[in-house]
Amino acid sequence: MNPPFFAGDRVTVRRASPPGHVRTPFYVRGQTGVVERVLDAFANPEELAYGRSGLPRVRLYRVRFRQLDLWPDYQGQPGDTVDVEIFQHWLEPAREEVK
Amino acid sequence: MRAHHDLGGLPAGPIDLTEHAKAPWEKRTHALLWLLTRRGIMTVDELRRGIESLGAAEYDRLGYYERWITSITHTLLQKGVLTTDELGRKLAEVEGREARPS
Repeated sequence: MNPPFFAGDRVTVRRASPPGHVRTPFYVRGQTGVVERVLDAFANPEELAYGRSGLPRVRLYRVRFRQLDLWPDYQGQPGDTVDVEIFQHWLEPAREEVK
Repeated sequence: MRAHHDLGGLPAGPIDLTEHAKAPWEKRTHALLWLLTRRGIMTVDELRRGIESLGAAEYDRLGYYERWITSITHTLLQKGVLTTDELGRKLAEVEGREARPS
């Protein structure tokens, strides 16, 4: 079981491509960001997608990524970010240092 | 591996933002899903799973609400809310109705 995270924690999104319905966009998998805020816990959509209860509920986090980290050819401002809401089981403590 | 429907960040070209009127069947499809989720018969996550498992060619071929109704149909068949035979007969009846000269 993954540890819970808190606002300000650096987290890395697991790199996985399971079949079924997942809410973690491909473009953030393997990427590192910062927990912007801790959200509520929700029934797991990956289980709900198959008609099951989705319980126990899974913690959702809003994670902020630097656009420059996600897109090598990003043309916008260097400080631009994007927030993505990600369930806890997709997150691990950050493996890499701040760039 | 990126799933076919997971388009975030891919080049997309210009986006057509003009509003268009929804056909009555599209509104009914939306209402149908709402009723099915409110009554606990299926979840929006099941809808999405069905859409995301259509396969690339079918995903691209179908329109937005065509994906919805296809996914809803398969989910209801799987759950036994509808049977294939029941649905086949009803569809034939509707086709017959439309073919009949008015």
